[in-house]
Amino acid sequence: MTTTLDLRTAPAEQDLTVVPVRHYGRWVAALAAVLALAGLVGSLATNANLRWDIIGDYLFADLIFDGLATTLWLTVAAMALGLTLGTVIAVMRLSSNPVLYGLSSLFVWAFRGTPLLVQIIFWGYAGALYKNVLIGIPFTDITFFQADTNSLLTPAVAALLALGLNEAAYASEIVRAGIQSVDSGQAEAAHSLGMRPALTMRRIVLPQAMRVIIPPMGNETINMLKMTALVSVIAAHDLMSNIQEVYAQNYQVIPMLVVASLWYLALVSLLSFPQAWLERRYGRGTAHGGHTSPLRRMFTGFTRASAPKTGKEEGR
Amino acid sequence: MVHAHGVRKHFGKLEVLKGIDLTVERGQVCCLLGPSGSGKSTFLRCINHLEKIDGGTLAVEGELVGYRRRGARLHELREKEIAAHRRDIGMVFQRFNLFPHLTAEQNVMEAPVRVSGTSTVEARAEARQLLEKVGLADRAGHYPAQLSGGQQQRVAIARALAMKPKLMLFDEPTSALDPELVGDVLDVMRQLAADGMTMVVVTHEIGFAREVGDTAVFMDDGVVVEAGDPRHVLVDPEQERTRAFLSKVL
Repeated sequence: MTTTLDLRTAPAEQDLTVVPVRHYGRWVAALAAVLALAGLVGSLATNANLRWDIIGDYLFADLIFDGLATTLWLTVAAMALGLTLGTVIAVMRLSSNPVLYGLSSLFVWAFRGTPLLVQIIFWGYAGALYKNVLIGIPFTDITFFQADTNSLLTPAVAALLALGLNEAAYASEIVRAGIQSVDSGQAEAAHSLGMRPALTMRRIVLPQAMRVIIPPMGNETINMLKMTALVSVIAAHDLMSNIQEVYAQNYQVIPMLVVASLWYLALVSLLSFPQAWLERRYGRGTAHGGHTSPLRRMFTGFTRASAPKTGKEEGR
Repeated sequence: MVHAHGVRKHFGKLEVLKGIDLTVERGQVCCLLGPSGSGKSTFLRCINHLEKIDGGTLAVEGELVGYRRRGARLHELREKEIAAHRRDIGMVFQRFNLFPHLTAEQNVMEAPVRVSGTSTVEARAEARQLLEKVGLADRAGHYPAQLSGGQQQRVAIARALAMKPKLMLFDEPTSALDPELVGDVLDVMRQLAADGMTMVVVTHEIGFAREVGDTAVFMDDGVVVEAGDPRHVLVDPEQERTRAFLSKVL
């Protein structure tokens, strides 16, 4: 039983002090976790087999920077190709034209249904399928362009096509979900103002769909950065290809992998900044824009849970 | 202004409009009333071609909605032509449908700038005037999520007026509002009617229909049951069905 406080006789003028609940369990768990981490870091730092000297030698080597440059442009170009083509495919899939719908579904089915590694090797060896690339009008002798496949499909181009087309299949589904998340009343309102379908899509639907599209596309970009490592199988001279080249000669597999991991980690960390910025930009007008940075959220958890603030009351 | 003859519409096998005849003259306010599912909202949406009609003819200012007549044939209009027709018809929705990523002012400016090609400066000045007219001059920079339902609906009315329409359609404009906010929206509509705007209003506000309406049309099950002077139709109706409806609503 709890004791009841008689409000009539309780001292009214005196402010009562609130004593928060002490979470002793939390302190023990936090201490144990920090100790475990310290032990792991300590053992790694003192392990002579890790060869910090080799890591130091190669971390800023020219060969690594060459690979980094390839990895970066490959990520950016593949994402650009994937997002552009993916948006087109998403619009095709939402089209009422049955042929466009069928073709776009077939594309997604094929490129999502086979492993990326297979697709990369496939593009890398496409020269074995077609000796020459020829663009013209089918069933006639008219040709606009002709070239040897192997001179056209360099490892870098093959890598870009494989990553970009695969990404397009996934991006199209993300964009489609984003477009469908926008209430149909929005398009009706735009149409009733005399806006045509293309303008409605560009000015009204897509900006709202972006709020749904950005978080998974951020994920896709981070994934893409790491998936570029797969193109080392066709020697596209990305970061991973160059790392493999080094450890094939000096047999220092673990130190070289640490070099690669450090760079991938650094790049992925940099990528979360533009994502947060984009989310804020397209979150305009929503009450919960997710405006606090992850770091700030981590530290406010230690001090005091701040009350969620909504813009609702302001307008009333 | 609006001439409907035998307008029919079906969704799959369900026939929602079974031959609607209706005429709205310039400057008149026509109120459509009836139980839910009677087809009044569908008919309203047909007027600006948000729904396609399956039979009969529907014309706004002498021009068929969504079609062009050549001899005995009706040719469907292209998107561009339909969009051009819709510019002259403003619409206000039950759920407001404001663009949530734009401020109140930007909502009002969007169509004049993007559709009519008005300069941003001019459109902004007009948007300010319209927002002032609906009593929201101080809310121009607010996003829809920061406005109450009644304020949002008044911004939506301003947005529709920005295209200088000849006809305004209202689809249950106060049904999604808290009772205490209904009055502000009805006041704006009353003012519009007094300014001589031609209006077709789907509503459950019997009082508004009696006071402001020039004609009241009672619909049920896809047909017009009774139409005429609201002080007659909504006070002493001839049809038993209308009487039964009014006794439930009042």
